[in-house]
Amino acid sequence: MAVLGSSIKRREDPALITGEGKYIDDLTLPGMTWAAIVRSPHAHARIKSIDTSVAKKTVGVVAIFTGKDIADSEHGGVVPVGWLLPDLKTPAHPILAVDKVRHVGDGVAVVLAEDRYTAHDAAEQVEIDYEPLEAAVDPKAATEEGAALVHEEAPNNIAFDWELGDKEKTNSGFAAAAHTVALDLRNNRILPFAIEPRGCLAHYDKNRGLTLRMTSQNPHVHRLLLSLASIALPEHKIRVIAPEVGGGFGSKIHLYPDEAIVSWCAIRTGRPVKWIATRSEGSTTDAHGRDHVTHAELAIDGDGKISGLRADTHAAMGAYLSTFAPAVPTYLHGTLLSGQYDIPAIYVHVTGTFTNTAPVDAVRGAGRPEATFIVERLMDLGARAMGLDPAEFRRRNFVSADAFPYQTQVALAYDSGNYEPALDKALEIAGYAQLRADQENRRKSPGEDGGKLLGVGLSSYIEACGIAPSAVVGSLGAQAGLYESAKVRVHPTGSITVYTGSSAHGQGHETTFAQIVAEKLGVDIDAVDVIHGDTQEVQFGMGTYGSRSAAVGGSAIVRSIEKIIAKGTTIAAHLLEAAEGDIEFEKGEFRVKGVPGKAQSWGDVCLMAYLAHNLPEGLEPGLEETSFYDPANFTYPFGTHVAIVEVDPETGEVEILRYIAVDDCGNQINPMIVEGQVHGGLAYGIGQALWEEAVYNQAGQLTTATLLDYAMPKAHQLPSYETASTVTPCPHNPLGVKGIGEAGTIASPPAIVNAVCDALSPFGVTHLDMPLTPERIWRAIHPGEDA
Amino acid sequence: MSVKIEVEVNGTRHEREVDPRLLLVHFLREELSLTGTNVGCETSLCGACTVKMDGLTVKSCTQLAVQADGASITTIEGLSPEGELHPLQQAFWDEHGLQCGYCTPGMILAAEGLLAVNPSPGESEIRESLKGNLCRCTGYHNIVKAIQSAAKGGA
Repeated sequence: MAVLGSSIKRREDPALITGEGKYIDDLTLPGMTWAAIVRSPHAHARIKSIDTSVAKKTVGVVAIFTGKDIADSEHGGVVPVGWLLPDLKTPAHPILAVDKVRHVGDGVAVVLAEDRYTAHDAAEQVEIDYEPLEAAVDPKAATEEGAALVHEEAPNNIAFDWELGDKEKTNSGFAAAAHTVALDLRNNRILPFAIEPRGCLAHYDKNRGLTLRMTSQNPHVHRLLLSLASIALPEHKIRVIAPEVGGGFGSKIHLYPDEAIVSWCAIRTGRPVKWIATRSEGSTTDAHGRDHVTHAELAIDGDGKISGLRADTHAAMGAYLSTFAPAVPTYLHGTLLSGQYDIPAIYVHVTGTFTNTAPVDAVRGAGRPEATFIVERLMDLGARAMGLDPAEFRRRNFVSADAFPYQTQVALAYDSGNYEPALDKALEIAGYAQLRADQENRRKSPGEDGGKLLGVGLSSYIEACGIAPSAVVGSLGAQAGLYESAKVRVHPTGSITVYTGSSAHGQGHETTFAQIVAEKLGVDIDAVDVIHGDTQEVQFGMGTYGSRSAAVGGSAIVRSIEKIIAKGTTIAAHLLEAAEGDIEFEKGEFRVKGVPGKAQSWGDVCLMAYLAHNLPEGLEPGLEETSFYDPANFTYPFGTHVAIVEVDPETGEVEILRYIAVDDCGNQINPMIVEGQVHGGLAYGIGQALWEEAVYNQAGQLTTATLLDYAMPKAHQLPSYETASTVTPCPHNPLGVKGIGEAGTIASPPAIVNAVCDALSPFGVTHLDMPLTPERIWRAIHPGEDA
Repeated sequence: MSVKIEVEVNGTRHEREVDPRLLLVHFLREELSLTGTNVGCETSLCGACTVKMDGLTVKSCTQLAVQADGASITTIEGLSPEGELHPLQQAFWDEHGLQCGYCTPGMILAAEGLLAVNPSPGESEIRESLKGNLCRCTGYHNIVKAIQSAAKGGA
């Protein structure tokens, strides 16, 4: 059986199921101090004075620093933004606030103490006199007359104003349309909520520099940003290590002030410093997701073909621009608005706004769930307006299988796709025709089945992942390339260590990347180790996010393997006294084509590479190759999901009866891991659709900062999922893989909302904003009534 | 002020002087260096800190160490003899019941508590019993499968 494509059990697991895995809070260093960050309780306020005298007297306190101490120091810096749009306003983001705080949780001072409890005690004793100011909270209202101003540099709180597509052509499409539908929606703000809180442990040595262990999805990116902007140490004097990381979901991509504060404290005091966020501290400071207010419209001709789509979105940036924040509602959102459909004209306008809230940045899916929600909700509204079944309306508008590569009206060129088979498969598994018949029967005899309303919702999604061609993202504002690196080191005895820039945090790279190497080199998988997450061991890396690890990181490994085989072929040809062109490498052997028995084993060639007793003239000893793989295009996974729900009209409660996910992520390296990613992605998206919302009140207080108020999905609320796949390999990477980490999160919110709106359609309900709480549903069924 | 406590953890007796406010989870992690028990929310809602105390599953982030005086505690490190896997650990591995692994020790201890009182639970019983343990990675699907599989194997 081939190693590649097999559901091999994860080698990561034995340590994790026995408690031996070491996460950040499991690490200690001799002489370590604990940091507690004093944070603003106000959404917006002037800092009038800070008095640390009482706190400093607490037994066990080592030092207390304020924003001014950092600003006045040699190593003090700012938190940079890594994606620039034209005319983007980039107000400075000091690592500790100096004059003003701009969201609840903004850091004002840091306390170092000999232990965790004392640090938190003393933090309570730091007295700060604030002058509270009005807060801007809503992404749209923040731009209106009279709204509080978050940054003086950004009039009307507008961080950027961005558009894509042909406005005039789109407007003419609408003018000529037979039907139009419109949608006003709010894409609810969510917390990323990795179960492991963010944290870091910094240690500074004058000669060797700074070692920063931290919860990171991309240690090299963190090192680069720290060096460039935040702590003013040369890059080679910073080592960033990601130990086991307890989930990220985007939140551990970004550089936060906290890592810089802790690093600064370690440099200043010469002692190791550790900081671990408390849960509510994480909730108020982790970069949140979504928070869009959108008006969108679809134009349809008389034959049920879409003739245009336009959308206008206000997207919250929060109080400061987080690492990749400006990219999320623009290039990861506007570009996805063609969905799976052949749409001749699209125009999108996005206003990014500052608000007195935690920053908003990439959270699992990042822009693509928001885009898919717009498109797939409009598809249901369009189908209803045309009197067509939602499956038929989608089918009628799919980009056809023979139209690829397909150039959309919003910049992306889809390399491949075959949408109907995935839809067909999903409908078949669901028993779609029967479901519609059941629904019809229930509506005719509403007393049966306890009066519960049956709803069926489709979501035919596309995503752009495998992020991304460096030149393309560079032209769009990225301040980084988005390739990935891989070094394959073959040892003299033929075993192999792979160093990858894809830094995993639960995705199983150590297993799947070893599968790639074992397959391509014909060696035992146990002869391959995979190293990631340490800037000192791995040359460079862009990290794990955007469903990019297999497509970009995996492809980099393949490129290095190809170089290894090429050098091995040169050595084998020399030893076999044959021409290089006559050598073929198969199943761990270099063979002379057509001459049975004339071969050099993998082990013999590896050993000779290091013995160097008999190498071709001019060939260097050793067998190690590095590649930087820069993808030619994004990859375009797609699929169709079907949600089948029951709504109780008496209580407004939704029960998911079944959830069917048919996904096409191209070739699969490890189907077990692919399915696991789908499951987790679904729970994430279903959570947003039904329960989760980060709620700020008008004063800018986050009222859902703990699990008492933030409704993360629990086991009893979710079904077992029915998953299946189609396989349309990516044509432009050597593995034919596309990515699966975000598909479930992108597809599921509209599938659920479409299902609930379908159930409620007899009540005239066309749209409800997420989360679909019982109260929201009940009020839609009972307009004007009191509960 | 500190208080003397005596606690048996994973079969070993420990005597310590502790601050009365020291949380049990910090006692296990920082006094005894048993870092397999994790902290996710400090409010007993996520369940990452679940351990077994005198036969009951408890959230060690909202117990004080002094409350464990005289108690016998099992953490993930003591669930199976050195070098062996408990059937639930094996099943979580076999069924891909974990991704980042942070919730896993608590999840396994909670499942062990369920199977102790209900050796062959149905899917809905498993899901109900996991209400107090949150996982953000797996969508629970394979966790449920793992517990079913361990139950079938007679865990």
